[in-house]
Amino acid sequence: MAGCFTWIKADPMGIRIVPADAWVDPSRPVERALVTHGHADHARGGHGRTVATSQTLAIMSVRYGVTEGAQIAEYHEPVAIGGGVTATFLPAGHVLGSAQILLQHAGERVIITGDYKRSPDPTCAPFTVTPCDLFITEATFGLPVFRHPSIRDEIAKLLAAREAHPARCVLVGAYALGKAQRVIAELRAAGWDQPVYLHGAMETMCHLYQDLGVELGDLRPVAGVPKASLAGAIVMCPPSALNDRWSRRLPDPLTAMASGWMRVRQRVRQRGVELPLVISDHADWDELTTTITDVNPAETWITHGREEALLRWCELHQRKARALALTGYEDEDD
Amino acid sequence: MMKRFATLLDNLLLTPSRNGKLELISTYLRETADPDRGWTLAALTSAVDFPAVKAGTVRGLMADRIDPVLWTLSRDFVGDTAETASLLWPEPEHGGQEPQPTLGEVVTALSRATRASAPMVLAGMLDRLDTPGRYALIKFATGALRIGISARLAKVAFAQAFGVPVDEVEEYWHGQQPPYADLFAWATGTAPPPRTDLLPLFRPFMLAHPLETEAIDLADYVAEWKWDGIRVQIVNVGGETRVYSRGGDEISTSFPEIADALDVAAVLDGELLVRGTAQGGEAGGAASFNALQQRLGRKSVSKTMLADVPAFVRLYDLLILEGEDLRDRPWSERRGRLEALMPCLNPERFDLSQTIAAKDMAELAEIRASARDAAIEGIMLKHRQSPYVAGRRAGLWYKWKREPLLIDCVLMYAQRGSGKRSSFYSDFTFGCWNGDPDAGAELLPVGKAYFGFTDEELRFLDRHVRQHTVAKYGPVRETDRSLVFEVAFDSVHLSKRHKSGVAMRFPRINRIRQDKPAHEADRLETLRALVT
Ligand SMILES: [Zn+2]
Ligand SMILES: [Zn+2]
Repeated sequence: MAGCFTWIKADPMGIRIVPADAWVDPSRPVERALVTHGHADHARGGHGRTVATSQTLAIMSVRYGVTEGAQIAEYHEPVAIGGGVTATFLPAGHVLGSAQILLQHAGERVIITGDYKRSPDPTCAPFTVTPCDLFITEATFGLPVFRHPSIRDEIAKLLAAREAHPARCVLVGAYALGKAQRVIAELRAAGWDQPVYLHGAMETMCHLYQDLGVELGDLRPVAGVPKASLAGAIVMCPPSALNDRWSRRLPDPLTAMASGWMRVRQRVRQRGVELPLVISDHADWDELTTTITDVNPAETWITHGREEALLRWCELHQRKARALALTGYEDEDD
Repeated sequence: MMKRFATLLDNLLLTPSRNGKLELISTYLRETADPDRGWTLAALTSAVDFPAVKAGTVRGLMADRIDPVLWTLSRDFVGDTAETASLLWPEPEHGGQEPQPTLGEVVTALSRATRASAPMVLAGMLDRLDTPGRYALIKFATGALRIGISARLAKVAFAQAFGVPVDEVEEYWHGQQPPYADLFAWATGTAPPPRTDLLPLFRPFMLAHPLETEAIDLADYVAEWKWDGIRVQIVNVGGETRVYSRGGDEISTSFPEIADALDVAAVLDGELLVRGTAQGGEAGGAASFNALQQRLGRKSVSKTMLADVPAFVRLYDLLILEGEDLRDRPWSERRGRLEALMPCLNPERFDLSQTIAAKDMAELAEIRASARDAAIEGIMLKHRQSPYVAGRRAGLWYKWKREPLLIDCVLMYAQRGSGKRSSFYSDFTFGCWNGDPDAGAELLPVGKAYFGFTDEELRFLDRHVRQHTVAKYGPVRETDRSLVFEVAFDSVHLSKRHKSGVAMRFPRINRIRQDKPAHEADRLETLRALVT
């Protein structure tokens, strides 16, 4: 029976679970949605019913006002979603609440990874390797040039840059959901115990993380803090604010950007940052290929990113694979 | 250490301001030991060449290490072969055991390598490096840094590092070979300056400011025609003659008839022109710049070319004669010596740029307006007491162009055209300096031009853009800002929309100035002075 997967359809607007008439991370409002995590390219408001982890639902309620029709799926607890399909949410290690979704139907096991990573992250539960027949994997960093360095080294770079420019402040551009909190938590782990200042757009999500039990230490809004007292401080902002008029309130900010794309010089130059920090919440090439080997599925579908190279890798390793062309996924959460 | 060089490269790449770049390079030069700092300087000024290493060498190494499809996908994404290879190079099994190679070691190994052994030699060193180190090594070995650092910027940084005048750096630089041990010894005060009087070396040109006031007393200043050719220096020392262009590049092989014609031990400054009536010149006189263009940029010259478009030099100045350096003497004395020298020079190849007799500026303006010779670009005004000093000095020399609405700009960005030119880079954005480029001024875009060139020029520009790209932004390429355009325009106005504060009306590229170094392009103030 394994190897048919006729009950799973790859549609441009998402993955459709046919017998349950439900969708995974659909790009448009649907009657029944299973949502892997809170990033905007996966989670949207307006669904009739939304199944997700409690943290993802909390994030969606803050971000998109999703409260109606929310159904909690705790990690590792199977949920019957109708049509003889059960869904089990498993930690994906991407951001707080992020999940892979294991779907079981007619003796077949299908995993949709959503976004994931294998490297450690103090703000969320680690990815669990789970056997399945069909593995639908993301491929955001699906090129062999992407090898994320250890986050400790990148945090050390940030702290060294701060130390080398005592009159400036370090302004770190990071996505408001996941990346920002991970960078703060790693700064704390590296011994940085002074306040971390936040751009207004970062505050809600950081406080939600703290409410959900993630330790982030002393966080303060940067608004209203006198310029002079920010020398030597670390300030977090969304990437769009890095070279914005907003940053003029800071004392000669040294601009840093935390993103997996910072591995490539062209991208660094386009961002115009002085301090690229290669920090990603996605699997790098080695993690993607290792995970396929670890999970060892009969078939792999590739989506969300640079599919061709991973497809080629599967071909070179005699693994059955195909690339899906789904729309609506962007680089929002790298 | 390779690590320091790699860090410098990356920091330069991420530092947009010229002042920041100057600071980075000068700090590096001060804090790094010989010979590594000399090799770095050579790399920054494109003076490194290992014939055994080609771009293909790197591709060949990668072909043995990664699937070709994965290579192509990666290369397309990253946009740079050296960087892609540095990222894809397999980490050595027992990494970090062997120390990173120094630049000196790299040079020794690569200059001994043959085409056959180069891949193995390079691979051995790549195995001893981390990712940034591999990138720096490949860039160094293939001689293609492309980080938008001009040789001039490197020299200014050198001067800044050791507190020596940049003009002296320019002067002593020529004739030195990487890793420039004598130059560093001089700059750090441990040795006298390298001798320049024994070799046919280039001496930095004296340059003129654009004339801004007509309150000039012709009792103090002499007027002289400014010719529309290319400025050259002819140097005969030790029985050898060389011809240098404005940027100090040797062009003797392009103009062998000039190099062969000087048999006096002298250093002369003049304008290289071609003779001919066919191209619109007077009988026996100079032809227009268009005629000269046929002779530019050629590595060798055919007999026909030599016969049809013969070159000669119209002399402006005499710097050195028979070993006697005249540069600190007043212009009037040098002029007298030059006039006295003329009978000893081959008249077929050398004549004298005439001074213009005028009682005041009003009369001079009349003469300037009535000049019909196509080879006249304008008038020079030189202080009669002026020594010959490198670069531009206030109050000494002025240029008064006949066509005032011309300005020299630097190419900054290029974009593909549309229609039949869609496969070529044909839309160009160019800029002027917002101050003294040697003091950290930046280029600010002042305009964009789409037309004004021949198909041949278009092909040249297209090639230039591809070979000098430092970054891509969608369809737009940023170049290394090394090419000068003479831009003609109808008028210039103040504009709040442009960062430069000015906007030109109908700018067009009048001429590609391959002979002119970017730091000698015009400044914004020149453009602002023309605002109507
Ligand atoms: Zn995503
Ligand atoms: Zn995500």
